[in-house]
Amino acid sequence: MNVEQISIFLENKSGRIDEVTSTLSEAGVNIRALSLADTSDFGVLRLIVNDSRKAKDALKEKGFTVSETEVLAVEVADRPGGLHSILNVLKQHDINVEYMYAFVQQSGNNAIMIFRFENVDEAAKILTDNGVSIVDGHTLYKM
Amino acid sequence: MIFDIEYETMPREALEAIQLRRLQATVERAYATVPFYRNGFESAGIKPGDIKTLDDLKHLPFTTKQDLRDNYPFGMFAVPMDNVVRIHASSGTTGKPTVVGYTARDINTWASLMARSLAAGGATRGDIVHNAFGYGLFTGGLGVHYGAEALGASVIPVSGGNTKRQIVIMRDFGPTILTATPSYILHLSEVAEEMGVSFADLKFKFGIFGAEPWSEKMREELERKLHLTAVDIYGLSEVMGPGVSMECHEAKKGLHVFEDHFIPEIIDPVSGETLPYGQAGELVFTSITKEAFPVIRYRTRDITSLNPEPCICGRTHVRMNRVSGRTDDMLIIRGVNVFPSQIESVLMEMEGVEPHYQLVVDRVDNLDILTVNVEVGEHIFSDEVKQLQRLERRISKNIKDYLAVSAQVKLVEPKTITRSEGKAVRVIDNREI
Repeated sequence: MNVEQISIFLENKSGRIDEVTSTLSEAGVNIRALSLADTSDFGVLRLIVNDSRKAKDALKEKGFTVSETEVLAVEVADRPGGLHSILNVLKQHDINVEYMYAFVQQSGNNAIMIFRFENVDEAAKILTDNGVSIVDGHTLYKM
Repeated sequence: MIFDIEYETMPREALEAIQLRRLQATVERAYATVPFYRNGFESAGIKPGDIKTLDDLKHLPFTTKQDLRDNYPFGMFAVPMDNVVRIHASSGTTGKPTVVGYTARDINTWASLMARSLAAGGATRGDIVHNAFGYGLFTGGLGVHYGAEALGASVIPVSGGNTKRQIVIMRDFGPTILTATPSYILHLSEVAEEMGVSFADLKFKFGIFGAEPWSEKMREELERKLHLTAVDIYGLSEVMGPGVSMECHEAKKGLHVFEDHFIPEIIDPVSGETLPYGQAGELVFTSITKEAFPVIRYRTRDITSLNPEPCICGRTHVRMNRVSGRTDDMLIIRGVNVFPSQIESVLMEMEGVEPHYQLVVDRVDNLDILTVNVEVGEHIFSDEVKQLQRLERRISKNIKDYLAVSAQVKLVEPKTITRSEGKAVRVIDNREI
């Protein structure tokens, strides 16, 4: 049920993201969601794509440092307090969110947020137990 | 195996007698045929006849890289071009290249010294040598090539680059001896891993690595990753090329200088005074058999020391310790001497950190700022920025603890550190002093 995310190390210089997108475009990989975390001299680009394996191979071939991480795609009610109620569950169970970002598509009337936890399985269980729905990888890649 | 038993194990007394005779002949010939040497001797008030003992060598003037450049391209040749059969040149990344020439006899001498070197490094007639040193103006490729043929081994002249094809050749041809620069081989081993080729399944027994300084830590890493015995080879085109000195695989503790062809000295790089055995300083070579391009007291800028202790391999030639740095690579950062090799040791100590690094020095508001660029390989990459920042701080702290110098650590993408002829460019000094 977990979602595969690939992360790419980038130096903070012009044209690097462009290299990534052109590599993925040539490989016929579709980007489903992305987030960029950066410091003054480097950044980490995180992507959810329709074919992680293919994306990873193509990027490695071009000399990028790439890693894979499991993240959770969580449905968030699209109304005031929607995200808060989820974070509240996590807080009560003392689960730390390493980072999160929004997924472009909606699932029905709900928004989707991508969460990175230290322990994905534990977080998934707690969220499910508390009535939060989680979108599994296969569904997400095709959305 | 010792390739040339007679000369490599010659008793010191006999060896020194040969050295003196050959030195006198070289000095006489250089004086007679190369204006640079004649002028230098005359300014120093010395005649070739004044060289009566090996100890008199210290009265002769030094030759520097700049002297070779000033005589670009052929001014230092001691024979007419009719007799020169080969020309090589150094890369010239820091100025004009230096050009060296060889007579047919020089090429034979070089081949036999390289055969000695390969044998000292574990090679025999039955071996297949995968020679990944660059072929061309650089002496590495052809030097090893001729040596392997002189030894009677089979040589694969694969040269540098085209890494994936090299790995396929390694897998299919089953070479048993690997010759290359250590930084290139570390890169190659990463590519092999990506291709799913394990060095454990290859047939390599010995790796003969050189053309750039490397550390004892790097030896451990190379031996672990490549499943072979790693030995050090040394040489420079100005003196001949690879095969000036070679580590024996039996002791793996310093490189035997082929003293029947080259006389090594260690000097204080500042005062120019000759230092005794055991003391570290700048390595200086005098060639005593070369015809086309004799060098007298050539300052290599390499920092090392000489070890006269007898060796378990049976060779009587003095050993030079692993080159620990270069006088021109030595950086003085806010008064502290820093050698790239020290930074390398710090990085190698750290789990998962690849020894691909580059030092950049800038001067900002009259203060030296050292930046260490470290390539991010898969083993240390994390999707979390804070982990990467923690790593930067840890490297920086270790450098500070070990070298007493503050450094900014900057993570960079793999393969961004400039490599020329397979040699990594380790230092960029942007200071204008």
